[in-house]
Parts: sequence; structure tokens; C-alpha cells
Amino acid sequence: MTAPANDASKGPQDAMVDTVPSEGGVTREQRNPAVASRERRTTAMSPSGETPYLVVEDLTVQFPTADGLVSAVNGLSYSVPLGRTLSIVGESGSGKSVSSMAVMGLHDRKRTRISGSIRLGGDELVGLSENELMKVRGDAVAMVFQDPQSSLHPLYTVGNQITEAYRVHHKVSKDVAKKRALEMLDLVGIPNPIRRFKQYPHEFSGGMRQRAMIAMGLVNDPKLVIADEPTTALDVTVQAQILDLLNNLQKEFGSAIVLITHDLGVVAEMADDVLVMYAGRCVEYGTAEDVLARPRMPYTWGLLESIPTVSAANERLRPIKGLPPSLLSLPGGCSFNPRCPYADRVKGERCTTDLPDLLRVDGAGAHTSRCHLHDKASIYEAEVAPRLG
Amino acid sequence: MLYFVARRLFSALSVVLATLVVTFALFFIAPTDPAAAICGERNCTQERYNDIRENLHLDRPKVQQFAEYTAGIFAGRTFETSGVVQDCKAPCLGFSFKSNRPVTEMLASRIPVTVSLVAGYSVLVLTIGVFVGSMAAKRRGTTADRVLMSSTLVLSSIPYYIVALMISLYLTILYPILPRGGYTPLSESPGKWFAGLLTPWLVLGIYSCTQYARYSRGSMVETLSEDYIRTARAKGLSDRVVTYKHALRSGLIPVVTIFGLDIAGSLGGAIFTERIFDLPGLGNLVLSSLTTYDLPVIMGVVLVSSVILVTMNFVVDVAYSVIDPRVRLS
Ligand SMILES: Nc1ncnc2c1ncn2[C@@H]1O[C@H](COP(=O)(O)OP(=O)(O)O)[C@@H](O)[C@H]1O
Ligand code: SF4
Ligand SMILES: [Mg+2]
Repeated sequence: MTAPANDASKGPQDAMVDTVPSEGGVTREQRNPAVASRERRTTAMSPSGETPYLVVEDLTVQFPTADGLVSAVNGLSYSVPLGRTLSIVGESGSGKSVSSMAVMGLHDRKRTRISGSIRLGGDELVGLSENELMKVRGDAVAMVFQDPQSSLHPLYTVGNQITEAYRVHHKVSKDVAKKRALEMLDLVGIPNPIRRFKQYPHEFSGGMRQRAMIAMGLVNDPKLVIADEPTTALDVTVQAQILDLLNNLQKEFGSAIVLITHDLGVVAEMADDVLVMYAGRCVEYGTAEDVLARPRMPYTWGLLESIPTVSAANERLRPIKGLPPSLLSLPGGCSFNPRCPYADRVKGERCTTDLPDLLRVDGAGAHTSRCHLHDKASIYEAEVAPRLG
Repeated sequence: MLYFVARRLFSALSVVLATLVVTFALFFIAPTDPAAAICGERNCTQERYNDIRENLHLDRPKVQQFAEYTAGIFAGRTFETSGVVQDCKAPCLGFSFKSNRPVTEMLASRIPVTVSLVAGYSVLVLTIGVFVGSMAAKRRGTTADRVLMSSTLVLSSIPYYIVALMISLYLTILYPILPRGGYTPLSESPGKWFAGLLTPWLVLGIYSCTQYARYSRGSMVETLSEDYIRTARAKGLSDRVVTYKHALRSGLIPVVTIFGLDIAGSLGGAIFTERIFDLPGLGNLVLSSLTTYDLPVIMGVVLVSSVILVTMNFVVDVAYSVIDPRVRLS
């Protein structure tokens, strides 16, 4: 599988919504196992079925600041089974990173209020002490960060950093750890691991650095990998390779992946399930197929419409107008209402007064969205879908 | 690494040589006639004055004098005064005008005093100063941080010489909590060496410790917000390892830079401290030689100080490259 070429996404529109041309439809056949599993859907908790490994319920993350309480994540719930990928999408500032840092327990306790539940293989993480969390971090859960340049320590060799990650959780000698690190470097496709082991991050190219970062993350064979925009800082040509690598490693290790991105091309490529976030809340959640092919929320429509298409006939971009709201003073009702072109179709002033609930889209299935519109399906089919081409 | 050290060593040597030239030039720019200084004010006859000039080769071309001075340092030389031949072994820096003792010998007993002072000072600021700063950075925003930082601010706002005099007055004389300052050679008794220098070290270091605590806190707060620190935490490392291994290594870089710039200042502080505690170091020697225009001694002290300075700078450079491998790789 290769990611679509997305040089168009490097344009000035980046600041608003980072997007990527999807090559028309999603090559769903290629994600056959996931599709198959969806058909077996039962009462399991994740949209794509199966017993989840990570369960997040009603997660709220707030930062008391001098200007007031910043609610970066509000009542977020999702779940991810082993071997599956959940993509969290949304404009920058929507709370994607904050929510996943909470799963890692990486927030400064003194400056963060976290409530709700985060269960990993059934074990509750919220409320654990720092010492207990330390045992989980890097072992059962690993994180791959956005910018491998700044996320690797510039003063330690790559080998040293991977070895250290292994030895935190395994009481082994340096030699054993080194062997393991070399194995990982090889596994993530870094040529000449023995030489690379001794080099510093600045001697690596961007793509190689991200591979090293992935090697470090996976060195303890984590059951859950959180990848926070793992390709955003990379060259377009390298992005596809890194995604491929993650995909292959997932097949090999069967880990659950939470893939954070604002790139819907990446979503189409990688995700089994998709969760769309806006201003700290989940606004749409379902299988990749549901959310990408049958979206039921104007914000998701906006994201899809702002994907630059490569076809010559339609080169125009339709970015979502306006900016995300300040988290210090969210608009009343639906947070999206100041930017929503459909708000006037809802009777009364409900969009500005009532926060819509996250409700099942078709009364059945696990596809949910947060919007007051009654006739979402027909509006999408009649107005949005044609524009998507 | 070897290449890096060699390169730095070479540049250190060239600085010493440059100082040698400058020092020698001082000899002639100085507002005093060396021959007259040796001759003294009372019973100095014109004949004796001429004799001295000739014996010191002051009548020869300056380049030759410089060559002889330099040769004396590396190979030794002989002086002849009124038919008496004085042998001056390498490294020869001449004889004191006042006491007629070899300058090298006078310096030899005093170098360890000043070096001990400066070394202790360096250890103090780079351990306690940096540690306090890192601790505050780790607890940034808490009460502990505020208390630590405001006390360093109070301490450092009192002028240094007042702190110095107060410590020596109150803590060693009126309430003798600390041992009296004094110098015992390390080779004679390490215990006494340490006890005698403890108060001078504190006096010399306490002010700088507060400053280094604040530099380090600033530097560490910045480092602790780096992405790679988050990565280190994400690996499951403890807060202690994250702070004192991952963050400190980067956080030290600006502190070491400041330390390098501060070396000359710390030598200056050492002179002052020697004066307060009457320690037989280079500082006291140069101060007394200045009042008597004892030029060979002054030149010797300047030269030795520059060697100490350059050596410390060299050590800082090497330390720098150990902390930050990119320095030597580039
Ligand atoms: N420590 C913090 N204190 C206050 N606000 C924060 C903090 N961390 C993040 N935020 C705010 O939370 C919001 C969500 O951030 P983030 O999760 O990083 O967004 P993204 O979806 O781009 O990853 C942003 O508006 C950010 O300013
Ligand atoms: S609830 Fe109203 S404002 Fe919000 S997305 Fe739906 S139509 Fe737009
Ligand atoms: Mg982010």
C-alpha cells in the first residue's frame, strides 16, 4: 500500500486544515481483514467489533491556567482492539495530542485535571501513581511522536537511546540490550544497523530518524502504539514508507494503534475506525468506511471537502471557513456552530443553545455523530457527496 | 576526539605564547626603570646603575632580550652581577628585584594555593549551584522552587565583599562554626588543607553559587520542555533519571559556556579572597609586588595566571565536547 502523493497539502492551506488528496475512493479491498471483522460485528465496544484492548470512557482533560480553565478534552470515549487501528482526526488544537498524552499518563499531574476512565487490557490507568504509570509507559504502551528531529535526544547515540528504552523494562545486560536494539533497527528497515547504532540523531535523515523512533517505541513489544502525527514532519516521499512500516509492524506484532493525524489520506490508508474531534469533543465516530463514505456531521463534511483533489477539473480547495474556537470560551450549543453552513437548517436556535448528543446515526450500528440536523443522510447525498466528486 | 583535543591544545599553547609576548612588552611599557628599581633609592651610584643595566642585558636590543627571557623559561640561563654568577634553572623567570630570590621558586609555593582556591570554587558552583538550580527547575512553579529562587536572589543582591567579610567575621571569629581560613599544603595534610580552605571556598563560591543556581534553573526549565524529555518520560524512565540524566546533560551546556567566560572573573575573586584570609597565593604575591615594582615577579605571576586560565579554558572545551558530541563531530 502506498499513500497518495500529497505535495498539494504542503501549500498555504496547511495552517487551516492539513489535508491530503485521497485518490478518489478508499482502496477498501486492501483492508480486507478489517472489513471482514466489521461484518462479524456483535455487541463489542469498538465500531469495528472485537474486544477492545484500550477503552477510554468519558475522558476529560483540563488545564487550570491564569486565563481560566482550558478544557482540552471533553467527555471523550473510544476503544481499540488489538491488531486494529483507530485514527483520531481533527484540525490542530482539537485535543488529539492532549487526549493521547493522557493515555500515556504524560501530563504534569500538578497542572492537569483528568477524569473519566482509561483501561488498558481491563486495568484502570486514571488515578494510578506515578510509579505505577512508569511501569506501563514504554512497556505496554509506546508513543511515536510527530517530529523525530526534536523527539530524539541530540546528545545520545541512537543505539544508546533504544538500549535505554529496553533496559527500563527489562533487567538485562548492556550486551543483550544492544543485540535487541540492533534487531529492532534492522526490523524497521535501517540499513547497516551496527554503524547506525553508534550514530547521533543529527547524522540520520528525517525518515531514518522516524524509523529509529519507531524502533525505540516497539523495542518492548507494546500492545498499544500511539502514533501522534508520525508523518507530518517528514518528506512526502518518506511518509508512505513510514506508514507502510507501521502497517507491517502491526501485522507482525498484532498491536493496537491509535493513529493521530489531520491527514484524511492517511486515515483512508491506515484506519479501521475513525474518530473525528472538534474543540475537545468527539463529533463523529465509526468505522473508516462509515465515516469516510457516509459521514453524518457537517464538520466531517468540511474536512472531506477541504481535501485538495488531484483531478484537473476540480482543483479548487474548500477549506472550512473560520478558525476553531478558543477553549477558554467555547460557543454555546454546538461548538461548531459559528462555522457551520448548515446551522440555519436546524429549527429554532438549537445549534447555539443545545449541545447535541453523540447519537447513533442510523439508529443501529456503532456509527455515531454529534449534530442536530435531522436529514443528515439526504443533505450529504444531495449536496456534499456531489462536491466530493 | 584525539584530533579535537590536539587542536584545542595547539590553540591553548598559542595563547600562552601570545601572553608571553604581551607580558614582555609590559616590562618596557611599565612606568618604571628596572635597573633603577633594583638599584634602589638610597646608595645608588651611577656606576652601580650602569652595572645593573649591563648585567641584565637591558642595553641590548629588545628582540634579543625577549629571546633570552624565553630561552630562560625553556632552557634556563645565567646572570652575572658584579662578578657573581647566578645560575637560573629552567623554567627561569629571573630574580626578584627586591629579595633576589628566583621568581620560579617564589611562584612554585604559591601556585598550589591559588589553584586549590579556584578548583574548589569550580567544584562548588558546578555541583551545588547546578544542583540547586536543577532541583528548582524540576519543581518549577511550586513553593519549594519559589523559596529556593528568592533566597538566591536575596543572597546575590548583597555585595560580594560584604558577604565575604560577614562570613569570615561571624562564622569563623565570633561564632567559630567554620574553621579559620589558612593554607596547609595538600601533601602535608589533606584534612588541614580542606579545613583551612573551606571558609575561603565558601566566601569565594557562595555568590557565584546563587548565580549558577539561577542560570541552571533557567536552562533546565527550558530543557525540560523539550520534546526529547517527553520522549524520555514516555519510555518509562523515572523523573529523577529524566531530570538528572536527560535534561541535565543538555541543560549543562549554557552553564558550562558561562563558566568558561567566567574563569578570569573567578581568578580575580581568588585574589580578593587570598587578601581577606591572608593566604600565601599568587594574588597576594602580585599585590605586594605591584607596590614595589618588582617586575620579574609581576611578569611571572601574569604568565602563570595566563597558563592557569588557558588550562581551565582547555578543560572547559574538552568538557564541552564530552557533553555535546556534535561539537567534536562537526
Ligand atoms: N499544558 C497545557 N496548558 C494549557 N493548554 C494546553 C496545554 N496543552 C495543550 N493545551 C491546549 O489544548 C488544546 C489541544 O491541544 P492538542 O491536543 O495539542 O491539539 P492537537 O489536536 O493539535 O494535537 C490546544 O488548544 C492547546 O493550546
Ligand atoms: S449541530 Fe448545528 S451547528 Fe452543529 S454541526 Fe450540526 S448543524 Fe452544524
Ligand atoms: Mg498534536
